[in-house]
Amino acid sequence: MAKSKPRVKVPKTATVGEVITIKTLISHKMESGLRKGKDGNLIPRQIINKFTAEFEGQQIFAVDIDPAISANPFLEFTMKVPGPGEFTFTWVDDDGSVYTTKSKLKIG
Amino acid sequence: MKKILTAGAVILMATLAMPAHAELDTDKLKGVKPTAENHPLEKIISGYEFRNKETQMLQDDDFDNPAYIWVDAGEELWSTADGAAGKSCADCHGDATTSMKGVKASYPKWNEAKGKPMTLQQQVNDCRTERMQADEWGWESDEMLGMAAYVASQSRGMPVAVKTDGQMTPWFEKGKDIYYTRVGQLDMSCANCHEDNYGKNIRADMLSQGQINGFPTYRLKWQKLGSVHRRFKGCMKNIRAKPFDVGSDEFVALELYVAWRGQNLPVESPAVRQ
Repeated sequence: MAKSKPRVKVPKTATVGEVITIKTLISHKMESGLRKGKDGNLIPRQIINKFTAEFEGQQIFAVDIDPAISANPFLEFTMKVPGPGEFTFTWVDDDGSVYTTKSKLKIG
Repeated sequence: MKKILTAGAVILMATLAMPAHAELDTDKLKGVKPTAENHPLEKIISGYEFRNKETQMLQDDDFDNPAYIWVDAGEELWSTADGAAGKSCADCHGDATTSMKGVKASYPKWNEAKGKPMTLQQQVNDCRTERMQADEWGWESDEMLGMAAYVASQSRGMPVAVKTDGQMTPWFEKGKDIYYTRVGQLDMSCANCHEDNYGKNIRADMLSQGQINGFPTYRLKWQKLGSVHRRFKGCMKNIRAKPFDVGSDEFVALELYVAWRGQNLPVESPAVRQ
């Protein structure tokens, strides 16, 4: 599971005012920085430290992540649909990598 | 949740070609009748039924099911060339969604060239060494489990039906012997838990029939996908016996026999268990 691959599950269509559930997951080892390797030295920390979800440029959900979060972090949240638009999901890695994925929502 | 989908929604989903994986009829997991007359169980029940609602829900939705991280990786590996021959699985087998349909349901299967039955994982490694001229994958490696789960998931919902006659007979008998032989310091056989006492608690855990139709399975305890041989080893350690090796003839025979015990159950791979 070396590569980090983001996955999201959002409905393709919804009605205005409906509360929809959004599920997100990124494959990531989430190395806490507290474990020791076989050589007795600490394995350097590497985790996803931040996740944000935006809808049409407006932030709808954000979380700062700490080392206690398990590997392959799964986040689920809800949103009341204001209208059609596009989601942008962003994960920030300790090593500076940023993983982004987008998803469109239609009304109907 | 699947049950409340209307017929219209199902048709819509089919036209959008949304579900990459076959649907599983969870009603069948509650119990199916064996075909074989000499079958020891009246009703064959999936391990799914012995788990709690929360664990079942993790399996029900492919997005929630953590095993799909490995399945997705397996799907990528399917079309990735490896080895000196420069071939990928897809170069010979084409589209896995059609060519691998029903494969898991029939394994372990007799291999003419090797003169013995092979499990799905052994077949994967056989392809890798013989045709791709690539290195074998480790039995519990992420690559192997991902590939095995990806291939197995193509058979989801199809009834388990392994061949046990002809050349398979001695292997079937050997597997049956292992199943009913008491071993270890606790002097127990597989049957003592999984045939005589399923549905009862063993400490805080509920004993199942030990069916393997969902392997490779994501176990919450392991925090990863695992092979059926790893599970066998765990059982043997629990009864203080010396486990056989993964991929050994003993475990292949046992896998064949246990797969036969789960006949007609739908393939559930990748299942989620506690």
